[in-house]
Amino acid sequence: MARDPKRKPLTVDQKRYTEMVRDLVPRPPYLRNSLLAFLFGGLVAIIGQFFTDIYRITMNMSVKEAGNPAVATMIFIGALLTGLGVFDKIARYAGAGLVVPVTGFANSVVSSALEFKREGLVFGIGSKMFILAGSVITFGVVTAFFVGLIYALFVF
Amino acid sequence: MGAKRIGKQTWKPEHPPVIISAAAVVGPFEGQGPFKDYFDHIYTDIMAGERSFEAAEKEMLLNACFTCLNKANRTPQDMDFFLAGDILNQTISSSFSALELRIPFFGIYGACSTSAEGLALAAMLVDGGFASFVLAGTSSHNASAERQYRYPTEYGFSRKPHVQWTVTGAGAALVARDGEGPRITFLTVGKVQDFGIKDPLNLGAAMAPAAVDTMVRHFADTGNGPEYYDLIVTGDLGKFGHSLAVKMAVSNGGFDLSKNYQDCGLMLYDTRKQDVHAGGSGCAASATVTYGYLYRKLMDGELKRVLLVATGALHSPVTCFQGNNIPGIAHAVSLEMI
Repeated sequence: MARDPKRKPLTVDQKRYTEMVRDLVPRPPYLRNSLLAFLFGGLVAIIGQFFTDIYRITMNMSVKEAGNPAVATMIFIGALLTGLGVFDKIARYAGAGLVVPVTGFANSVVSSALEFKREGLVFGIGSKMFILAGSVITFGVVTAFFVGLIYALFVF
Repeated sequence: MGAKRIGKQTWKPEHPPVIISAAAVVGPFEGQGPFKDYFDHIYTDIMAGERSFEAAEKEMLLNACFTCLNKANRTPQDMDFFLAGDILNQTISSSFSALELRIPFFGIYGACSTSAEGLALAAMLVDGGFASFVLAGTSSHNASAERQYRYPTEYGFSRKPHVQWTVTGAGAALVARDGEGPRITFLTVGKVQDFGIKDPLNLGAAMAPAAVDTMVRHFADTGNGPEYYDLIVTGDLGKFGHSLAVKMAVSNGGFDLSKNYQDCGLMLYDTRKQDVHAGGSGCAASATVTYGYLYRKLMDGELKRVLLVATGALHSPVTCFQGNNIPGIAHAVSLEMI
């Protein structure tokens, strides 16, 4: 985030108050959140593995080939749960366990699309669909470019 | 210095205007709270039969306004002014309601302090002889506020303990020159305060200093301490803002708020059963509690003197993303049965 470097530093009163707030407001339960994220993230991974195996066995694919339809299925499930209004309720407990895997990406796109449906196809869904996922795509592409550059320079 | 001003920031109407009627409508979630019997209407659906959350909010505000008018046997034509505000961009709920009410309209914005701001301005208009009847209303909607200030409603994330829940609902009050009801005896207009809070999810902490400043100013200007009131309520400080306000009132003015001070955002929900984290927020928090619950308690005679200190956080997502602190404001209105 672009922060204005010329901004005034906190006054004594502001500093004292922000310290008071910091002492009073409890920190999020990090341990509990991490454990839940671990469990739910693991669960998502197990389901993903299940679909990979299904595609591998039933459709006679290699593990690498079965990955793509398995990811697509996970995206579909994430999107469906969002549409049914369940995803945000599970994610409240699961936290990063559900947000970090591809299910979270699906949720961010579908929830935005649903939210801005009233503004129409062009100005609503079309332009607002990636309002949350846009950064992921932008920085994903930028990172991929640099990783690719390093790969091209040093590996070949 | 105006003739009606006492002290630095408090005004005392010569002939205290009366709130002759008040109405509060809420969404389904608020309707499960402890005040469910005090609301005029509880919607069964947050869409309120409309096709968007914004339209639903407008419908709620209009419903509150018409209910308020009906209770006093008045029509919009009898009103001199309609004062309203909300927290959506360009206060659209208020303007679109005013379009249908067809009353001369002033749009006001004090974020979640709009209820007290409306009452204060209505009292000035009435006591100043500019109006006989002023309708003051405000509204907020959980889903329309979430999408403007935070995330899409279906977006999944884990909530922090200090997050507050935007109240879905609307409230309206009819301020008149004469009649039966609680009178607006003092109004203290707050100054904008910045105490260095940056987290837009911790608005209670951002607004608590403003609430305390206005309360301390009010006590000093009027000479009536906290014990003068049966109940002092702030708008939407929530659990942590409430504790901060109690602490600050002691350190800044030596006032003990621990006995008769509550927060509308906390009163509105059963915080043990309803998952609202630190409590309710939004314009409707103070409006629905004051115009629903407190108004009836005042009329029944269970409460004689109430100080409403509605609190607002004057930020927008833009100012937060650009790294500004969150300024807060609070306006106080004392309601007394005389």
